[in-house]
Amino acid sequence: MFRENVKMSWENIFANKMRSFLTVLGIIIGVMAVITLITVMQSATKEVTGQFEALGAGTVSVRAPGTPLKRGLSESDLKEIAALENVSGISPEITTGLSVVYGRSLQEDVSIEGYGFTYFSRNNATVARGRPLLPPDEEQKSLVCVIDRTLSEKLLGGTDPLLKEILINGMRFRIVGILADPESENVMSQFAGANENGKVLMPYTTLMRLLKQDLVGQISVYILDTARADETVEALEAVLKKAFNYKDNSYSVINLESLLDAMNTMLSLMTGLLAGIAAISLLVGGIGIMNMMLVSVTERTNEIGLRKALGARPASIQVQFLLESIMLSFIGGIIGLILGLSASYGLCRLLDIPFSLSLGAIMLGVGFSGAVGIIFGWAPARKASNLNPIDALRSV
Amino acid sequence: MTDMSMQPAAGFFSMRGITKVYPMGNEEHTVLRDVDLDIAQGEFISVLGPSGSGKSTMMNIIGCLDTPTYGDYFLRGKPIADQDENELAKIRNREIGFIFQSFQLLQRQNALRNVELPLIYAGMPHKKRLERAEEMLVRVGLQDKLWHFPNQLSGGQQQRVAIARALATHPTILLADEPTGALDQKTGHQVMELFSALNQEGHTIIMITHDINIARFGSRIVRLLDGVLSEGGPDDV
Repeated sequence: MFRENVKMSWENIFANKMRSFLTVLGIIIGVMAVITLITVMQSATKEVTGQFEALGAGTVSVRAPGTPLKRGLSESDLKEIAALENVSGISPEITTGLSVVYGRSLQEDVSIEGYGFTYFSRNNATVARGRPLLPPDEEQKSLVCVIDRTLSEKLLGGTDPLLKEILINGMRFRIVGILADPESENVMSQFAGANENGKVLMPYTTLMRLLKQDLVGQISVYILDTARADETVEALEAVLKKAFNYKDNSYSVINLESLLDAMNTMLSLMTGLLAGIAAISLLVGGIGIMNMMLVSVTERTNEIGLRKALGARPASIQVQFLLESIMLSFIGGIIGLILGLSASYGLCRLLDIPFSLSLGAIMLGVGFSGAVGIIFGWAPARKASNLNPIDALRSV
Repeated sequence: MTDMSMQPAAGFFSMRGITKVYPMGNEEHTVLRDVDLDIAQGEFISVLGPSGSGKSTMMNIIGCLDTPTYGDYFLRGKPIADQDENELAKIRNREIGFIFQSFQLLQRQNALRNVELPLIYAGMPHKKRLERAEEMLVRVGLQDKLWHFPNQLSGGQQQRVAIARALATHPTILLADEPTGALDQKTGHQVMELFSALNQEGHTIIMITHDINIARFGSRIVRLLDGVLSEGGPDDV
């Protein structure tokens, strides 16, 4: 019986090829729009959050200009922060611009950056040759440094920079490592901007000694369990408040995690919004199906009457018409799915973001089209099943 | 009427006090008045009446497409009046073989598929359906037109397909409504000869017509005039 109904519905769909095609087209466009928008948006979201995470998930950035009496965090403040629960490490960051001398050549305005060793262990910078800065360097305030390729080329020319000594502010530094070139793929590093005069990385303790300062204005705090980031940030702020005697504007904390959250919320809101707009076209497609089914019921009034006279129960008439609309929208759903996935693959290639197949989008598209078939086919099918066979037979 | 319903006829086909009233605005229009009719198995009965006599209503009630306002109708001992839609559909499928004036074939289906249709609703498996449909088409003399579509057949052939369809479920009665109305005289007579032959084989036939010449093919004629049914032999016209 069911098989017969499927067969009959199929025949009816094919009996009106043009009309069926146009009706299905509405569903195709709707499903295609939903799937394309969701897939592309999700791929883009994944890409952006991925970059954000590479930049520093679980990293809390603290800027502490301090108060007129205390312009930064002292060594004991740093120790206290490092000892906080759920903090895996901290890296003070000091940046300045100084001239660097090697032999007879001089490079002015080189970015001199001091970091804690965790900066390297967290993969914020990769050393291409030589070694990164290590805990002993930091403890002993060693006169060692890592330089980037730009500086190496400008200052040392063709000579191998490893273990050469350079002069900064009258102090001799041994070059122990060469930085790898930043990945050009990474949007955020481009955004950060590479110093055109090159840069020198050294232990922050060494740089403090060089600059004769004992306070740090900026640190990165690395959080162990990002799920508990909020409490950790609270504890961190308590330490900072105490360090600066509860003065306003003495510090600021940027939690990358919460930034990421905010961005994710925004992106998923946008995805939902776009999908909603696309769903409207699916709704219009559904109305198209309903329209076609109503016309079909009217056209086939006589046939319905005959079927009833020959022993069709109201339910079997209803199933036959409902199946027809479900099949129509399902065909549309499948074609829309294929077209939508192809379109989103193409778009992702065009926008240069990795294409990620979204199972949710597929299920949404197919499920939605099926639902449209049932919802919009229901009323016409009901109408057909309720037709009085006497009136229906008389309509010839 | 009431005392009649007290003793339900266990007969083959029996109508007692069938009355059909249609509301028309504030008034009521009585189409059938207190119709009593008994039919024995194997009879070929013609219901003769001019248009407006209540023929169509009679046909609808006999065919279980409509229920009477008052009265009792028993088909093979089964009361029809208090059945629901689904039960009526089943009765139409099993007990009644409809033959319409305008054939009522599905134009997009070939002869076999048309004859198969009531068997689908009877729930018969595919293979058995096709065998039965072919058997019926052979019976009405269309063995070489099995795969023809209605528009490839003449009127008489189309009505034969319709008769094959009516026979398909081995119904209790064949119910024909002006079966020759859309046919020329010669073809009409051929169709009527087929009816006579089917009756000879034991099929019970109820034929509704306005044409006395057609009605005479029946073994018994009843007349319907203004909703009142009266017996009358073929010769008293």
